[in-house]
Amino acid sequence: MDVRSNEAARAAEHIARESYGRLVAFLAARTRDVAGAEDAVAEAFATALRTWPVDGVPGNPDAWLLTVARRRQTDALRRRSTRKASEEHLMMMADEIEAAASAPGDIPDRRLALMFACAHPAIERGMRAPLILQTVLGLSAIDIAAAFLVPAPTMGQRLVRAKTRIRDAGIPFRIPENDELPERLDAVLDAVYAAYGKGWGEVEGDGTSALADEAIWLGRLVVSLLPDAPEAEGLLALMLYTESRRSARRSPDGAYVPLEEQDTALWDDRLIDLAEAQLQRASRTGPSGRYQIEAAIQSAHVARRRYGVHTWPAILALYNHLQRLTRSPVVALNRAMALAEIEGPEAALTAIAPLADDRRMAEYQPYWAARGHLMATAGRESEARQALTVALGLSTDNAVRQYLQRRLAVLHTD
Amino acid sequence: MRYMMLIHHDEAALANAPQKQLWADYAAFNEALAKAGEGMAAGERLQPPSAATTIRVADGRTDILDGPYADTKEQLAGYFMIDVAGIDEAIAWARRCASSRYGSIEIRPLAETYPRPDLRLRTGDD
Repeated sequence: MDVRSNEAARAAEHIARESYGRLVAFLAARTRDVAGAEDAVAEAFATALRTWPVDGVPGNPDAWLLTVARRRQTDALRRRSTRKASEEHLMMMADEIEAAASAPGDIPDRRLALMFACAHPAIERGMRAPLILQTVLGLSAIDIAAAFLVPAPTMGQRLVRAKTRIRDAGIPFRIPENDELPERLDAVLDAVYAAYGKGWGEVEGDGTSALADEAIWLGRLVVSLLPDAPEAEGLLALMLYTESRRSARRSPDGAYVPLEEQDTALWDDRLIDLAEAQLQRASRTGPSGRYQIEAAIQSAHVARRRYGVHTWPAILALYNHLQRLTRSPVVALNRAMALAEIEGPEAALTAIAPLADDRRMAEYQPYWAARGHLMATAGRESEARQALTVALGLSTDNAVRQYLQRRLAVLHTD
Repeated sequence: MRYMMLIHHDEAALANAPQKQLWADYAAFNEALAKAGEGMAAGERLQPPSAATTIRVADGRTDILDGPYADTKEQLAGYFMIDVAGIDEAIAWARRCASSRYGSIEIRPLAETYPRPDLRLRTGDD
């Protein structure tokens, strides 16, 4: 019994990751009722955990789960239809679902359509990543809340509101047409990258981050479901490059280690190889978008730090391109850091001078850290001290705080 | 939105903290707060709860208690003020404050039901 129940639990867990989103997407695509689909799938998994240990794991677990979930969804539709007097329509949808379920092993993969619905322009930008993490991967509101730094009940309410909006606003479950696709895909990719960003700072005991893994998994999913999307490949490459440096980003005592000081022996070769291959595939066609350029910059950093190739001019050129594309102050900041390596810190300080008037920079920690770094390199000590102090005050990450304290201590003794 | 950020310290945790680093972090935090603009203000630090006196009047009788309002592990230790777009920004500021690592920070939106002083002055001039 114990062996059997363990086996059943393992089978359910293995299937859960692949199947959960697939089942939710399939059930929600017709009704647009994401919450209802999630309930039905959750109930099917609960039933599986109850019955599989006794009856054994079915031959086609996916079809089994879909049948149970569909039954539950049909019941829910029937209950609602008596109130709404649209029974015929709803029954038709239920029949359609039933027909699909009876063709085992061939559940159409609607996960990409689900992701496009979650990242629809009508959904609040900040909720797109949480919504995808919940509907495609089945992450709980509690886990998502912890990663996105909001109270769990608040995140729960926001997720419910967003799902209601998908249903009530008539947001479609489809992959957008060609002319619409690039912009809509950007929204999906931005959501995936936002999820990755939330996992970036996390370093768990084993040097990994759960959320970063989930985001990379989502990136792979988009690439596999949407062929010939160089930007999706670019994003996957970018995440893999960043991930390859995870264990080099912290010193043994937990302080932040900037790229320039990282021990490249700690970089993960396997992930770098995957990233390079992915980037190459991305750049074989189509115009270069934001994520491909950012991945190319990471590739240039690898060549520079690892093989001693002087790639700073290439990095600066890529940042110039990126700045024209995004007009983002964050990019301007990174571009200036590359410029400093070629023309020196004063040129870089001149380049970021206009940013001082940008109200957003007052609370933007990387601006003050970069400014402090450039001032220090230029030998302007008191200005460096002031900027690094503000950067320290704006830091929320202990590792970064430790790093800045050390930099300040060095300045003080000079 | 305006928020009052109420700092609660666990005195034992605070006593064990590396003092020099803690106050350096605090100075940096106040510097960043000042740079962030109008409506952001470093608050005041309170003396420890042992210095507190609590008064309550019931049925015309004045009850004077030697000590804080509630004897809990974490005690009110000070406050600072912020004026930001919403709760997400307020949470970011709470995380920046060193006290969040040695206790907790309660984020309380200010009630805006009364006219602001500047509005009242204008009606007085009319």
